[in-house]
Amino acid sequence: MNVLNFMQSFFSDGSHWHGRDGIPQRVWEHVQYTAEALAIASAIGLPVGLVTGHTRRGGNALAFLSAGARALPTFGLLVLMFFWLGIGIVPVMIPLVVLAVPPVLVTTYEAVRTVDPSPVDAARGMGMPEARILFQVEVPAALPLILSGLRSATVQIVSTATIAAYVSLGGVGRYILDGLYQHDYGKVVGGAALTAVLALLALLLFWAVGRVAVSPGVRRRRAA
Amino acid sequence: MNGFFDIPSDLQHSYGGLIAVHMQEALFPVLAGLLLALPVGLLCVHYGWLYAPLLWTSTVLYAIPSIAFFVVLIDYTGLTQLTVMIPLCLYSLVVLVPAVVDGIRSVPEETNAAATAMGIGLARRYFQVQLPIAVPAIMAGLRVATASSISLVSVGALIGNQGGLGNLLTTAQLYGRPRLAVTSVVTTAVLAIVIDALLVLLRRVLTPWQPPSGRAAGRSADVAARTPEGVS
Repeated sequence: MNVLNFMQSFFSDGSHWHGRDGIPQRVWEHVQYTAEALAIASAIGLPVGLVTGHTRRGGNALAFLSAGARALPTFGLLVLMFFWLGIGIVPVMIPLVVLAVPPVLVTTYEAVRTVDPSPVDAARGMGMPEARILFQVEVPAALPLILSGLRSATVQIVSTATIAAYVSLGGVGRYILDGLYQHDYGKVVGGAALTAVLALLALLLFWAVGRVAVSPGVRRRRAA
Repeated sequence: MNGFFDIPSDLQHSYGGLIAVHMQEALFPVLAGLLLALPVGLLCVHYGWLYAPLLWTSTVLYAIPSIAFFVVLIDYTGLTQLTVMIPLCLYSLVVLVPAVVDGIRSVPEETNAAATAMGIGLARRYFQVQLPIAVPAIMAGLRVATASSISLVSVGALIGNQGGLGNLLTTAQLYGRPRLAVTSVVTTAVLAIVIDALLVLLRRVLTPWQPPSGRAAGRSADVAARTPEGVS
């Protein structure tokens, strides 16, 4: 009840809807941080995961690497990078990418590695080159799981990108930290609600991408 | 040691004390989360319709940033460790419930049937047949939950001295001493790695019938990677 009141007062305040500190601007910044971090994490995680999954080698090294990346504290890394690199987007991107690479990398590896071997062998027996086996046989079959890794990374980035506000950048984390410093609970709750809505939108987006990109045959088999 | 280890007195703790506080704030919530996830996971396996709404609720909870959670909770639990531990417990549930469900679902139907045929009741079947087989999946979830919990405690520093080793980060900024931030990050990472290694060791002790690495590790990595949302 309490929380709902705060939320109502935050969202019904007209001054929160325009200008540099307006909701559209902050949400747009948040989406940008998220997209950027996800793009970098995918650029690292997807190729490595696809190749290692295809060759079925290096699983232990990947498990080790992702355990190491998970061990790095996100907030601590942010503060440290802020000390070393100063104000900017790079000190924010580094912790977010470190956070997002393990789910993308490990899931992609597992997804490709666990594809049913018989169609892969059939493709190889028909003389398909390895690159085409990977992209035309393994990736389509592994796509639902690969997408689930990307989705889980995205939700984590959306929630964690709020810390960008701590090193003077924008995003909806601005409301949470400003609210904390100004003892304005409405702002904190509003910022939290915006983050949750953004995460839900991301889930919806991935659901839609899955509907479009996953071949009907694969989808039916998974549902069965 | 050139400013890496002389901790300012306003933190109220020595270096060792900060480590102890950090561990306490990180591990108790995961333990509580596990104790909750075991019965809840079992319920989800028995009543399948429970699982989907639970996953959606927990995904929304997971998307709420920890700092917002902390600030809202201050109203109810004050500036105490509990304020940090409650959200961490909820986050750990998001990872642990799917891990328990996946683990129990990975028990082959023949095994369950054999247990029933031997006259083993539901409760005993859960504890003596299903749980041991589910250990690798649960441990994989436990590893992810613990690592994220250890990392997230630091954020508690933002609500005022409730972040264990994370308090070193805010103090480092306050006094302009980057070396304290290095100490904080390195110590937190080392703690996370040590605890992770202990969990791997524990899994090997609990599942002596499994090979130490290879297939089992692969399967657990799979489960770990698919959290927090197990369905797709």
